[in-house]
Amino acid sequence: MPDYILTTSPQMAKRHARHSRFQWYGRLAIAISISFMLLMFTAIFARGTGAFQKTMIAVDVEFTESVIDPKGTRVEMDLKQGNYKPLILSGLQQVVTGATERKDRNRLYKLVSGGAVFDLGERVAAKPDMIGTTQRVWIAASSEVDLYIKGKVDPESDEAVRRLKDQDIAWVKLLQEDGRVKRKFNRVFFTSGDSRAPEMAGILSAALGSFFSLLVCFLIAFPLGILTAVYLEEYAKKNRLTNLIEVNINNLAAVPSIVFGLLGLAVFLNFFNLPRSTPLVGGMVLALMTLPTIIIASRSILRSIPQTTRDAAMGLGASKTQTTFHHVVPLAMPGMLTGTILGMARALGETAPLLMIGMVAFIVDVPKGVTDVATSLPVQIFLWADSPEKGFVELTSAAIMVLLVFLILMNLFAVYLRRRLERRW
Amino acid sequence: MFKKYLLSGIVAVSMVACGNAGNDETETTASSSKAATAATGRDQIKIVGSSTVYPFATTVAENFGRSTSFKTPIVEATGSGGGLKLFCSGLGDNYPDITNASRRIKASEVERCAENGINDIVEVKVGYDGIVVANSTKSDRMELTLRELYLALAKDVPDGKGGLKPNDYVNWSDINPALKNTKIEIMGPPPTSGTRDAFVELAMEGGCQTFDWIKAFKKTDKNTYKAICHAFREDDGFIEAGENDNLIVRKLNANPNALGIFGFGFLDQNGDSVQGSIIDGTPPTFENISDGAYPVSRSLYFYVKKDVVGKVPGITEYLTEFTSVRASGEDGYLSEKGLIPMNAEEHAQWQSQVLALETLSLN
Repeated sequence: MPDYILTTSPQMAKRHARHSRFQWYGRLAIAISISFMLLMFTAIFARGTGAFQKTMIAVDVEFTESVIDPKGTRVEMDLKQGNYKPLILSGLQQVVTGATERKDRNRLYKLVSGGAVFDLGERVAAKPDMIGTTQRVWIAASSEVDLYIKGKVDPESDEAVRRLKDQDIAWVKLLQEDGRVKRKFNRVFFTSGDSRAPEMAGILSAALGSFFSLLVCFLIAFPLGILTAVYLEEYAKKNRLTNLIEVNINNLAAVPSIVFGLLGLAVFLNFFNLPRSTPLVGGMVLALMTLPTIIIASRSILRSIPQTTRDAAMGLGASKTQTTFHHVVPLAMPGMLTGTILGMARALGETAPLLMIGMVAFIVDVPKGVTDVATSLPVQIFLWADSPEKGFVELTSAAIMVLLVFLILMNLFAVYLRRRLERRW
Repeated sequence: MFKKYLLSGIVAVSMVACGNAGNDETETTASSSKAATAATGRDQIKIVGSSTVYPFATTVAENFGRSTSFKTPIVEATGSGGGLKLFCSGLGDNYPDITNASRRIKASEVERCAENGINDIVEVKVGYDGIVVANSTKSDRMELTLRELYLALAKDVPDGKGGLKPNDYVNWSDINPALKNTKIEIMGPPPTSGTRDAFVELAMEGGCQTFDWIKAFKKTDKNTYKAICHAFREDDGFIEAGENDNLIVRKLNANPNALGIFGFGFLDQNGDSVQGSIIDGTPPTFENISDGAYPVSRSLYFYVKKDVVGKVPGITEYLTEFTSVRASGEDGYLSEKGLIPMNAEEHAQWQSQVLALETLSLN
């Protein structure tokens, strides 16, 4: 359309102005939400990246038989529980020569992680030949030393305000000069469960707990949801009863998740006596929560499939069931899967229903199945955020990053499915 | 055609599964076969209860799990009351073996336990906990009485004529001219917190009872007594700062005039930036709390079902670890987490009593 005719009238100029103004509002809105997201991500990443590395201290440990295994039995449990503390301490004292008094020795020992003795125990139990030799072992530093090495403790600040005193920092420097301090990839974070000591805490048990819960959730919610949707959309007659069911399903989708937790507590735990704190019950509760989402998504996909597809199949002599399962459902499957994955992504981030069924708990052991006690990723984030120790700050952010990675993967997969399998008419 | 999509659906499941935890399929099949057997017998101790005792119970549980061949106990923070409710609901695999409590078990709870077949309970005293009213080290240490604390915090205060008036104290000097002339600003935990419960019971009621006519209500009209003594002011004199004590400590540093209410553990960890006020002439120190001289202090307990000893593996060993000198003793590792341990004599007495599995009697 020729532009000059339209711009001549003052009304048209106004209309154009409104048009471009509205575009700018939209851009502004997007810019604001993106900047909030960036702010959140940078805050999390800035705090969390440190957690993927941890400080290790090299100690020359003399594995004296009389200390570790005085009876010489080499029983695995005895080796694991041996008294390794004096061995580590004397190894440290070789470098830090000044610390001989009881008080100093206690402080010196606090430079290494409280879990170091268990770590040594496991190593010796795995290789009993070590007894009698002297070896340089890398031991995890305590959380305070770790924070100092990462530059999160200001040595210039008032000594009284720090947990790591000048004396400790001088000792760490002595160790550093000797090349005994280095930062390594924090493997423990990915391979162990929760701990009260930040340097020993890991995300694995929570991640597996989430995985098992979602597995149970999927196995229950997906078939139930799809079947409900197919029946309601393809078979059921439209009458007052189906209307009532539809209204109820839509209502359930909006019910706060804590309500499902209470339901789980009353039905699954108290009535069916299923084991508390397990992914089995967690998954069942999450399945109740995701079911309405899946049903609604699946029904709208089924509705979007053109009637001509059904008519054509019927016209060729297919039965109602053949039409539905040979033609309609396969065409709708990618959309249904997308709906399911998005529903499950929401379930992954849920804590409130898990609170009621005992999954908000301190759990160290890594779960091996759906009936082992477990927590989930968001619960772990919540528990760490509440801990007084400063080292948990970066762990909290790191756990958020892990959760975000999983969410992004699930959403990308949903997008991929849609792109790959969806048909357009 | 349908089969093809179904197949892609199954691939999708396994991909989501793998992406989620880096787990392979063998483990999931193993888990489903295990599900059938897991219902019989439990090999892991279950602990519920107070969030105040939670840091200590988890620390012991972790050390216990690492240093023995038993599984690490599961610890849930449900609050003292919620924990005892679960604990007394019955015997068996689905009920907790141990419950932590930041107060002593009540007679009504013992009855409830007995109704459900739990007759023998072993009581274990963990140690002490003090609730401190602290401010930043940047300003002077406060010296308060319980009565002044009550007057600063209550919703309605006595008007001096035998009645009540809405709390109109703005500055500390309004309550007592000897106190400093700054605004009353106190940050504390929300009503869901056990620390708040204990503070109400010990400090608020303690201050409240210094007025004889209010104290008289305790016998005659419990509800009125509670309404007077338990209600916090709703203006900006008292600020609910959430369950996170870390946050209170940080806010105190930012505002040197404010006071904060939290557990002694946090004062201990942050003793360099905040200081506890002297209450009724007693500063909140380790010694004063452990001998009961500090008025806002309480004992922490946990309770064990005697019936599970020998049934759930590790109960005796857990009790041994918890009551050992290296854990809850005077220089034990729990004192590093902020527990105020019993003195050696009391500790030894509880230790022998617990290890002999003496059952609780409330008389």
